[in-house]
Amino acid sequence: MNDLVFVRVEWVILIPLGAAALLALLPGYRLTARLNVAAAFLTLIAALSLLFTPHPAAGTYLLVDDLNVVFIALNTFVGFTTSVFSASYVGHELETGRLTPTYLRFYHAMYQLLMCAMNVALVANNIGLMWVAIETATLTTILMVGIYRTHEALEAAWKYFILGSVGIALALFGTILVYVAAQPVIGEGLDAMVWTKLVAQAGKFDPALLNVAFIFLLLGYGTKVGLAPLHAWLPDAHAEGPTPISAVLSGLLLNVALYAVLRFKMLMAANVAAVAPGPLMVTMGLVSLIFGAFMLYRRRDIKRLFAYSSIEHMGIITFAFGMGGPLANFAGLLHMTMHSLTKSGIFFAVGHVAQAKGTQRIADIGGLTETHPWLGWSLVAGVVAIAGLPPLGIFMSEFLMVSSTFARAPLLAILLVLGLLIALGALFLRLNGLAFGEPRGHSHPVKASYGPLFAHLALVLAAGLYLPPQLVAWFQHVSQLLG
Amino acid sequence: MPNLAFDTAHLLAGGLVLVSFVLLYQDRLTSLLNIYALHALVLALAVAWQADIQNAPHLYVTAALALGFKAIVIPVALRRIIERLGIHREIETVVGIGPTMLAGMALVALSMVVMLRVTAAAAPIAREDLAFALAVVLLGLLIMVTRRNAVSQVVGFMSLENGLILAATGAKGMPLVVEISVAFSVLIAFIVIGIFLFRIRERFDTVDLAALDQFRGERR
Repeated sequence: MNDLVFVRVEWVILIPLGAAALLALLPGYRLTARLNVAAAFLTLIAALSLLFTPHPAAGTYLLVDDLNVVFIALNTFVGFTTSVFSASYVGHELETGRLTPTYLRFYHAMYQLLMCAMNVALVANNIGLMWVAIETATLTTILMVGIYRTHEALEAAWKYFILGSVGIALALFGTILVYVAAQPVIGEGLDAMVWTKLVAQAGKFDPALLNVAFIFLLLGYGTKVGLAPLHAWLPDAHAEGPTPISAVLSGLLLNVALYAVLRFKMLMAANVAAVAPGPLMVTMGLVSLIFGAFMLYRRRDIKRLFAYSSIEHMGIITFAFGMGGPLANFAGLLHMTMHSLTKSGIFFAVGHVAQAKGTQRIADIGGLTETHPWLGWSLVAGVVAIAGLPPLGIFMSEFLMVSSTFARAPLLAILLVLGLLIALGALFLRLNGLAFGEPRGHSHPVKASYGPLFAHLALVLAAGLYLPPQLVAWFQHVSQLLG
Repeated sequence: MPNLAFDTAHLLAGGLVLVSFVLLYQDRLTSLLNIYALHALVLALAVAWQADIQNAPHLYVTAALALGFKAIVIPVALRRIIERLGIHREIETVVGIGPTMLAGMALVALSMVVMLRVTAAAAPIAREDLAFALAVVLLGLLIMVTRRNAVSQVVGFMSLENGLILAATGAKGMPLVVEISVAFSVLIAFIVIGIFLFRIRERFDTVDLAALDQFRGERR
């Protein structure tokens, strides 16, 4: 029985890996796009089966617990919907000649490899394996960001490569330091890198060494999260790559990096003498939020606009987890889920908008609700959701966060609310020009796939109106785990 | 002879820091690549020595990789690339050599102060290795920051990776998984870099990143 369950954990990794190999060999757009969707769907099924079976015992390499199951389910769900969106998106790109069939084959293989690497990072019980997986995910996204091979895409990919590898190098140094701290207590060898064993023994580690290690890990993985002083790669990578990749980057990869930070935060919390990781995360989160919010005002590129909005929201989530405590952690988890769904939904809409208008310049896009009513109004709904207005899901999580922060640290809450309001103003200012008024610019017909877009918006709306009690109980339990 | 073991490890790790300093002020691409080969050679010796004193034969694999792949294959390949691109001219550094060297010294002092203070409980060899390794990592970062040329940024990144491997081997009994993965990641990273260099060359006939900077963040 145990073996059976354990095999299921591996499916989450093996399906995308096998699909990546297959897609690298197969030609033809129709076949490969469908195969991509099918593989993503199977992975989703495998992930959902994890939700409803008892967790297998933690192995040396793989682990499934209540925390990462949430991330895996979200990861594979958005991975699946994005693959559906991607099928219609790349079809259009082939027609316009921005992608050639060879590059398309490469793109599909990389997409599945990215899903595989993110799932490995999420189920890894070994901090070395987790690092390898996040590095692989970074490399695949770098390649995909540069896939159009335009001047801008290459610079974006290069910037991402340089900053990403510096971040990943710092994270590896932090990982080595954690091992050095664990080695006198746990002993040499593989055991001193197994996360469950690390957490069990963390109380006996040298606190000074752990402190230094955490700073390296926070800066290293924080680069991948896109936290403020280290965010420079993020807007370029979002703006210049194919839009499905922007959706996956914002919706998933940032979460995976944040998950790594959370794991190490739990490790720090298990050691009483080590410095509290909370204030560091709160500071970085707030700086990202306010910086991101101000940067929203001067954007001229529609994908760049939402990339800065991702920085802002990752700041909010980091802030919530940094505050800690059951309520703030709950709000953080909810916000992370809602942000993933909403932001990838927005990118679905934006991808088709950019195809319909033939440009990403905000100045050349106008009156969308008149020329493309479905796309226009979904974009409006998405922006209303991401700005945090009721009755949608993000309003719930932001409300929880603000109220819990007011109870504990009113001064921080004022900064939080300020950041939220500044972002709200900027988003509506831009939305007004994009969606309403006189239609501007060219207008081509576009074969859009509305399914994924509507599914995401419906889920966000449903979560805002009614959260099932089972889900609430589950999130509460995970919040307790996070401390 | 424990003393000899310690002293030699110390010497080799210190040598790596020294070679990092030499990398810092090279202003020609060809000599930069030569010094990088030396850097990888010193790393290979340091890792082999660790393999010997720790009785950890799997570390010889890492040492062999450092010697064969990093000290020979990569410098040769990169030299081919720059020859084909016809860039043997001087590297323009953003900051002058004097301030760069001063910054380098400050970084080394910083890593000594930080690492020696926090690792009081660890074994002396691991302590020294970690301190030197952090110094190499920070110097690698400094090289990346002060150079505009794509090839020399890559060299900076590779010297940074060398520092990471020094740290990983200095930590006694660290699982092989990590070392191999580090080696592989360098390989993958290099493939990526190779692709990038070719693409960049195809598009602009230059690998000077300053040429890329005309596009600065915002599309007009």
